[in-house]
Amino acid sequence: MMFRLVAIIAGLGLALAATAEAQTPRKGGTIRMTAPYGSSFTSLDIHTTQRAQDEIYAKALHRSLYIWNSAEGKPVLELAKEDVVSGGGLVHTFKLRDDAYFHNGRKMTADDVIWSYNRIMDGTKAYPGARFVRMIEGAAAVEKGQAKEISGLKKIDDFTVEMKLTEKVDPGFYFFTALTSIYPADEGAKESFLQKPIGLGPFKFVEHVPGSRIVLERWDRFYKPGKPYADKVIVSIMAEAAARDVAFRNKEIDTSVLGPAQYVAYQNDADLKGTVVEVAEVFTRYMGMNPAFKPFADKRVRQAINYAIDTDLIINKLVKGKAYRATSWLPLTSPAYDKAMKPYAFDPAKARQLLADAGYPSGFEFEWTTSQNESWGLPIVSAVIPMLDKVGIKVKVKQVETAVLSEVVRSGDYQAFIYSQATGPDPQAALKCFHSLTPQPACNYMNYKNADFDKLIDEAGQADDAAKRIQLLQKANALLYEEAPVWFFNYNKAVMAVQPWLKGIQLNATELTHQNVEDLWVDETSPAK
Amino acid sequence: MLSFLFRRLLQTIPTVLAVVALVFVLFSVVPGSIVSSMSDDSDPQVELRMKKQLGLDQPVYVRFGSYIAKLATGDFGTSFRTREPVTTMIAKRMWPTLQLICAAMAFAVVIGVPLGFVAALKPGGIVDTLAMVVAVSGLSIAKFWLGLVLMYFFALKLGWLPSFGYGDGGLKYLILPAVTLGVSPMALFARTTRAAVLEIMTADFVRTARSKGMSETRVVKWHVMRNALVIILTTVGLQFGALMGQAVVVEKLFSWPGIGSLLVDSVLQRDIPAVQGSILVVVLSFLAINLLIDVLYGVIDPRIRYA
Repeated sequence: MMFRLVAIIAGLGLALAATAEAQTPRKGGTIRMTAPYGSSFTSLDIHTTQRAQDEIYAKALHRSLYIWNSAEGKPVLELAKEDVVSGGGLVHTFKLRDDAYFHNGRKMTADDVIWSYNRIMDGTKAYPGARFVRMIEGAAAVEKGQAKEISGLKKIDDFTVEMKLTEKVDPGFYFFTALTSIYPADEGAKESFLQKPIGLGPFKFVEHVPGSRIVLERWDRFYKPGKPYADKVIVSIMAEAAARDVAFRNKEIDTSVLGPAQYVAYQNDADLKGTVVEVAEVFTRYMGMNPAFKPFADKRVRQAINYAIDTDLIINKLVKGKAYRATSWLPLTSPAYDKAMKPYAFDPAKARQLLADAGYPSGFEFEWTTSQNESWGLPIVSAVIPMLDKVGIKVKVKQVETAVLSEVVRSGDYQAFIYSQATGPDPQAALKCFHSLTPQPACNYMNYKNADFDKLIDEAGQADDAAKRIQLLQKANALLYEEAPVWFFNYNKAVMAVQPWLKGIQLNATELTHQNVEDLWVDETSPAK
Repeated sequence: MLSFLFRRLLQTIPTVLAVVALVFVLFSVVPGSIVSSMSDDSDPQVELRMKKQLGLDQPVYVRFGSYIAKLATGDFGTSFRTREPVTTMIAKRMWPTLQLICAAMAFAVVIGVPLGFVAALKPGGIVDTLAMVVAVSGLSIAKFWLGLVLMYFFALKLGWLPSFGYGDGGLKYLILPAVTLGVSPMALFARTTRAAVLEIMTADFVRTARSKGMSETRVVKWHVMRNALVIILTTVGLQFGALMGQAVVVEKLFSWPGIGSLLVDSVLQRDIPAVQGSILVVVLSFLAINLLIDVLYGVIDPRIRYA
């Protein structure tokens, strides 16, 4: 319900969606989406890529055990009709769909599910989905090359799979992204699969023009009756915001992700204002501080940094309001978000006092590693530098590529860095990044260690009662806020322009560009009939 | 002629080897790897195994030797990213890039050379002044901005052309990116042609031809044009190579599926075989065009001999 509440507050486009639902979906037409995140699709093998860009097409082509339901703000069963939980919450028995057909006409069975998860755990390939499948008992052994098959996966019959987990978690949060898509076991290993992928999704592959677009067409044997509505989906790669703007105004594309400048421009344009939809995505932007760098080992210094920065000013003036102020680690759309939390106030005097108490009355100097990213990179760092300077903290900027930055944060080779990290949708997984047993390269980038925090997370992991689990996670989140291992900057506000003829857009808090395409439809006013 | 070609081909080998070696060394020292670009949460052991499988655990000189050995058999390697042969990836991207560059060059030559020629025939006149304003503007204008302006007018305001994409490879998709890419060489050709023609017009052999009573049309056609073409051809050849490098901006802006965007994407994702393959193809294309230009010199001006 929290998701829904926030979506209602955040979503200017909700009226649009509500109107769409009131109409009868039209069959036919072409949906023209855009992939806005920088470069070509990495691969047609969606198991190999964790980029949001690739999942845009993959949501139409593939299906996973679960799917994200934006309206309910949680993962729901997709390729299974039922999940029976036993074994103290660790064993899940999935009754699979018996009406799901791959695009080669073959029916999906339990073998395909088991084969796909075993493939993802191939320890010589570094498939990014391994982080999720690792939750199944015996999966890590396959990854390490100590076993051939995941022991925690058992085929009961052709349409029943038993999955034994290592932790008491909701598997939906682990198996809803395209990273864990189910492939046809007999086709997935073939070389031809890389050129012409076969999935279970509502649209089948037609054409890939590398660097330009992917074309998909309706799969008539899709298991949801009457769906998909559209005949065709075209996903065009359009990295340049200005070019997308022209194409959107020219009615050549149906969706366009907006940056801060366009966000303002579209809101001020009477013709375009109604096309804007927005949602609080589950990403937290922050400056991570390395505790091995002496000043940052002191909590008071880290808190001083939070007090010294006028975060609201940066969000309003520089990010043009296209972000929500962060009040701790868990974002607004997290089920465990505590709306009673208040952000650090802008209080340079208090910052100076904390620095003096910590033994740095004259401040200190640190090196800040950053990428060029306009929303959480160099422009933000440049704005923060004079604010820190006023309390005596000098900053040396080290600029690197985004690809390099991800290696820097994993290796711990930094004094401070600025980053955007997925902090949802599962609050337990998001906070577990700060558990002392989570290795730095996994997601404990600040190498955070705190026994009290560990205890809260461990208790939450064992809790059977959902309300109690949320309560424990909120306590852990509050502790993190107090400890301030990071400068809590903002939660991303994702904004997309949607043409009025495209109906059924979902306010997906996990990534706004990821749409369950079978629910989208275009009315007769679409220029792409 | 044949021995000239053979010698020139032999000369390309050290150039190619130097480029390949340079790329190898660069990608050995810059931070970032394919493993980190694939997953930010992989087991360190998995990383090691993957690096071993890809041969990235070997010293640079071993990898370089193995790459050269493969290259000698025409094998550009396999992409870390897509697991496709690099030759296949490049083949898919080469045709759109060639389309774009050839169309840009055709636009540049067809507009730029006559413009420069006409300007030079009456130096200081209105046509000359206008031509040089166009030339200076064309050289100083940023491709990204120009592309957006063209999109705005010809796609959004006039509705004549699509603003982006490759479509079916048809002409209407090609025009805006080609003009965007072609404006700068067009301006350069106009200036080069004007300068070349002005210089030749004052040459002794032109004065001699005129004094012998040759008509101005024949002077221009047989003496000026022919001699100017050698200079223009050199500029065209050099621009072909330069356009290969500049195409990336246009390809990105117009979602054009060329080799430039393949190169940039591969660099960002540390897909070393694809980077090496793309750079090699660009270099080879540049060398091939220069060779072709050298051959054409002799065709245009028989005084040039291949000693």
